[in-house]
Amino acid sequence: MISVDVRKRMGEFQLDVQFDAPKGVTAIFGRSGSGKTSVVNAVAGLLRPDAGRIAVGDTVLFDGAAGQHLLPQERRIGYVFQDARLFPHMNVMRNLSYGGNHDAARVIEVLGLEQFLDRMPSRLSGGERQRVALGRALMRNPQLLLLDEPLAALDAPRKAEILPFIERLRDEVKTPMLYVSHDVSEVARLATTLVVIEGGRVTTSGPVGKVLSQPETVPLVGVRAAGAVIETKVAGRLLDDGLTELAFSGGRLVLPGILGVLGQTIRIRIPAQDVILATEAPMGLSALNVLAVKITRIEEGRGPGVAVGLQAGEDHLLARVTRRSALRMALAEGQQIYAIIKATSVGPEDIGH
Amino acid sequence: MMDTLSQDEWMAIWLSLRVAFVATLAALPVAIWIAYILARKTFPGRQLLNGLVHLPLVLPPVVTGYLLLVLFGQQGTIGSVLYQTFGITLAFRWTGAALAAGVMAFPLMVRAIRLGFEAVDAGLEDAAATLGASRWRIWRTVTLPLVAPGILAGAILGFAKALGEFGATITFVAAIPGQTQTIPTAIYGLLQVPGSEPAVLGLVVVSIILAMGALLVSEWLARRMAKRLDGK
Repeated sequence: MISVDVRKRMGEFQLDVQFDAPKGVTAIFGRSGSGKTSVVNAVAGLLRPDAGRIAVGDTVLFDGAAGQHLLPQERRIGYVFQDARLFPHMNVMRNLSYGGNHDAARVIEVLGLEQFLDRMPSRLSGGERQRVALGRALMRNPQLLLLDEPLAALDAPRKAEILPFIERLRDEVKTPMLYVSHDVSEVARLATTLVVIEGGRVTTSGPVGKVLSQPETVPLVGVRAAGAVIETKVAGRLLDDGLTELAFSGGRLVLPGILGVLGQTIRIRIPAQDVILATEAPMGLSALNVLAVKITRIEEGRGPGVAVGLQAGEDHLLARVTRRSALRMALAEGQQIYAIIKATSVGPEDIGH
Repeated sequence: MMDTLSQDEWMAIWLSLRVAFVATLAALPVAIWIAYILARKTFPGRQLLNGLVHLPLVLPPVVTGYLLLVLFGQQGTIGSVLYQTFGITLAFRWTGAALAAGVMAFPLMVRAIRLGFEAVDAGLEDAAATLGASRWRIWRTVTLPLVAPGILAGAILGFAKALGEFGATITFVAAIPGQTQTIPTAIYGLLQVPGSEPAVLGLVVVSIILAMGALLVSEWLARRMAKRLDGK
């Protein structure tokens, strides 16, 4: 359990952030300039807050009232920077072991770094550099791992190369992580808890599925990025068509591709703009997924759109329709309707394990 | 060439090298320290310190030499203390020539080394701190190796300046053959005597060789450092 309470004045900008992070991955989400990096810098000890308190488990790292401030050196916190920050005059092996040699063989194996060990950082690709930075932070045997947009500087294939490593860390090593990002699909895939920061303040926080399915979240994450995250289980395969059937509390979804083994838990994100609403059970549609849902909330946006919160079984979905459609269909909270989800609308980057 | 140069001129060459080496070596640690705080720290009086460091660069060298005489002469504020407590005399000794050369070379060294510090990403030091390294270990393993090219450039520049220093040296320690006469003051002295052109030419050639040698050594070292970063 990590508890963060940070207050810091930086010129005109006032940082005033409080949140608790349970175990797992806590994503700190926000636009650039919202204060995300300052928060992790404060947790790392690189930035000393004016007031507040930061604790990881029983260890108090900073307590403004008590005048306590541990140096970064004393914190045992791994930090993976956006720009890797490998030491350019040391080879990969010396970079990795700079902070310690905890579980070295396994870290090198898991991150696939064997063939790079005697290489200099200038001879590595961006993705390789981030893997080394991750390994270097892990070999310090940290009690908490901070990742500040570790994938922001990488293109899509490189991202796809590193995401599985971070998922393995989350599921196998179980190191708690604070993960800074402004990419919703990364957050949806990795995070257990989501903290949304805007203008130096926490605007909303909670379990990732819940926060992302709230209609109120739409303006915070942007209309294109908004979408619910649900946990599903692989329930069957339609081998002839190359489709996988996933079950969740609200019914079944069929997605393209062979996704995991029977019974495996898969987390998927359903973008709000890819959900179509119908007041009657639709007929003669090409879309494969039709779910019976209940409207929980209708939130008007600033633009022509309306965010509609839906309940499907125990899970929450989010749809975005135009205000005109909402009026014509006479959508109202509590109403029973149908949500149509096109099978391909769940992109491969949105599927996590 | 051995014949064109007299005993005194050979002494001047030897003394110049000795003065320049001692001046550079003594000034270097201080220059590194000052360059580091100017590049990385903010504190009241930073601009004043910066101005003070640059003073010998902009003052007429004669003025610097005179101030050294006032401060470090046997009757000077600092000089009298040095003489009475340690029996050290600087004025009109080769050690005084080294002090003058060091003071004159100092701003050039600080400038070059400061550029070196500014080129090192302070983020790397932060990264090392999060990996548990003490400040001393960060300095030794990250900052110093990365700033080494800047320190090298500063040292070479300082050495070249110290080798050629004239105004402050001649004011503070004069040009006593065999004691305080360096190459530049020897050339100046010879120019006052008719018929000494061969000796002047000899000293000029030696000056060029020393300067070129210093440049070549620094180029070679710089290339070796760059290669190491490139992983070849």
